[in-house]
Amino acid sequence: MSTRSKFVVYIVLLAGAAMFVMPFAWMVLTALKPIDQTLSQPHAWLPRRFEAAIGGRREEIRPGALVTDPSLWILASGAKRPAAVPISSVWGGAWHPATGAPVEVSVLKTVPASEAHPWREISDLAATRDDVVPVTEIRSWVSFRWENFPRAVQSMRHFSRYLANTLLLCILNVVGTVLSSAMVAYGFSRLEWRGREVLFGLLVATMMIPFPVVMVPLYSLFRSLGMVGTLKPLWVGSFFANAFNVFLLRQFFRTIPKDLSEAARIDGCGEFRIFWQIILPLCTPALVVVGLFTFLGAWNDYLGPLIYLTDEKDFTLALGLDAMKSSESGATEWPYLMAASTLVILPVIALFFVAQRKFVEGIAMTGIKG
Amino acid sequence: MTPGERRRSLVGLAFVSPWLVGFLVFACYPVCASVYFSFCDYDVLSRPVWVGLLNYQDMLSDGVFWQSVRNTLVFNLMALPLGLVSALVLALLLNQPVRMKGTFRAIYYLPSLVPAVAGAMVWLWILNGRLGLLNQGLEAIGFSNPPQWLVDPAWTKPSLALVSLWGCGNTVVIYLAALQGVPQSLIEASMIDGASAWRRLIHVTLPAISPVIYFNLLIGIIGGLQVFTSAFIMMGGAGPERSVLFYAIYIYQNAFEYRHMGYASAMAWMLCMLILVLTLLASRVSRRFVHYQGD
Repeated sequence: MSTRSKFVVYIVLLAGAAMFVMPFAWMVLTALKPIDQTLSQPHAWLPRRFEAAIGGRREEIRPGALVTDPSLWILASGAKRPAAVPISSVWGGAWHPATGAPVEVSVLKTVPASEAHPWREISDLAATRDDVVPVTEIRSWVSFRWENFPRAVQSMRHFSRYLANTLLLCILNVVGTVLSSAMVAYGFSRLEWRGREVLFGLLVATMMIPFPVVMVPLYSLFRSLGMVGTLKPLWVGSFFANAFNVFLLRQFFRTIPKDLSEAARIDGCGEFRIFWQIILPLCTPALVVVGLFTFLGAWNDYLGPLIYLTDEKDFTLALGLDAMKSSESGATEWPYLMAASTLVILPVIALFFVAQRKFVEGIAMTGIKG
Repeated sequence: MTPGERRRSLVGLAFVSPWLVGFLVFACYPVCASVYFSFCDYDVLSRPVWVGLLNYQDMLSDGVFWQSVRNTLVFNLMALPLGLVSALVLALLLNQPVRMKGTFRAIYYLPSLVPAVAGAMVWLWILNGRLGLLNQGLEAIGFSNPPQWLVDPAWTKPSLALVSLWGCGNTVVIYLAALQGVPQSLIEASMIDGASAWRRLIHVTLPAISPVIYFNLLIGIIGGLQVFTSAFIMMGGAGPERSVLFYAIYIYQNAFEYRHMGYASAMAWMLCMLILVLTLLASRVSRRFVHYQGD
């Protein structure tokens, strides 16, 4: 490759990577900001903390809405005592003269003021020397609000139950799927019997059924069994083998030499023992792949819990996160929503970095051989 | 059957018995029941009442149904080519001898693992009309009136296409695996013949991985027609002016919000037909373009 085309390749790859990473970065940065720094324009990239000396003590001031009049003294919200802040305006935004960072200040609405120019009257009210903080006295620095995470967990109300439910579903689904699919795949690959090919054809055919077709009858089935509103409909099925995973595992099982089973059979080993003690250990890589994707499927599932879970206390994390968004009345508290999203995504990312190679193998396996 | 054969059959059946039960309960019964329900008036609470073809007739005259078909097709015409081509380009670039290949691959792949709900929340924030990162960026580079991505019916589908593009890493990895399987001998032969990089791509690489492109297309069509989660979460169902009322969302609404389970079942079968028609169409078209090695 010529240097020039190599350069182009890197540029495109880097630009693409930046776009793919950006949503993650923006999520985490938002999760670490105070709410007011997400409600104004333009956003600063990094969360900041603003402090000023008010009555001899350093106190945090909370900038809020945008102010454009450069000559005014503004009452900063969040300050325990009125603190006036002069604003210098740069193209519509208010900027901190010292750091160049945007300072978004708001007006305490509780103080009597006219609708048109609330701050003018406030500045008159607050213009005693003590309460005025020159802008040069405001210090600001990058500061991450880690306390947003516990707050987000709190505002999700039943977070620990959601987490427990989700983990329980993940474990049950992984155990059920891996065990049953491996057993069935063994029957379809390492045993010769009449009717095998016909049944396997049926199994492949079931993979073509779109979920919406079975959605309604399954719901009415689980409803008549009294399972709607419980977690059961979300894991019971996994113990009855998943066609796609059977297909995958069968491909893998077939690569193991037949002689191995024959030798064991001659030694008088029963079929279940051959499966359990000889074939399964040899197939751990494939089983891990199936387990990983089943875990992710259960962790990420939204439609299933949406259909079957009715009580807010029984939700999974996915549903809880959705409910958190919907329950916001009025302005969304983006930092908390992003903090909760981060918590839901984090285990997936951790899992990916632990088992990165398995993922790539698994995808290649499903894509090429599937 | 000899006794030995019978024994072997029994052992075989014993091993596949979990699937057999699962097949009867979770595939066979629901499929049959779904056919039956589709000819019934059924609200789950009371017994289904046979109404013949009424559900299917209703569908023909239901304007919302046709809107959901249109929405789904239009969305897929945007999202599918965008995703397939972007993934292919990224995979082709990653297949070059570049440094930090593993890092790039991880970065492109990770978003496809993100839970749909969490991804939807992040994109709701980025695409937010006034405060969102995207519009702030657009304003910063001079667009004074950027689109209201989630509110303007003209922009909701492109927004969701963008969200689905973020998850194309799965496809990138599949392409990449296929590209690594292209026989080196073919590449070398074309280099000796003096083919340019572009001609090598068109005449060697792409034909060699055409079965995988076809596979991704099929998976894309089947999944795309059932698109549900991100639209449902981000737009709270149908979206402004029902602009993202997709087929699967309308099925869900009929089944679980309006309790028209019979109508929902009939819609599900029409979806089956639609998938069948489109995959057949794709396989017809693909015959001209897909080359299987050894043919």
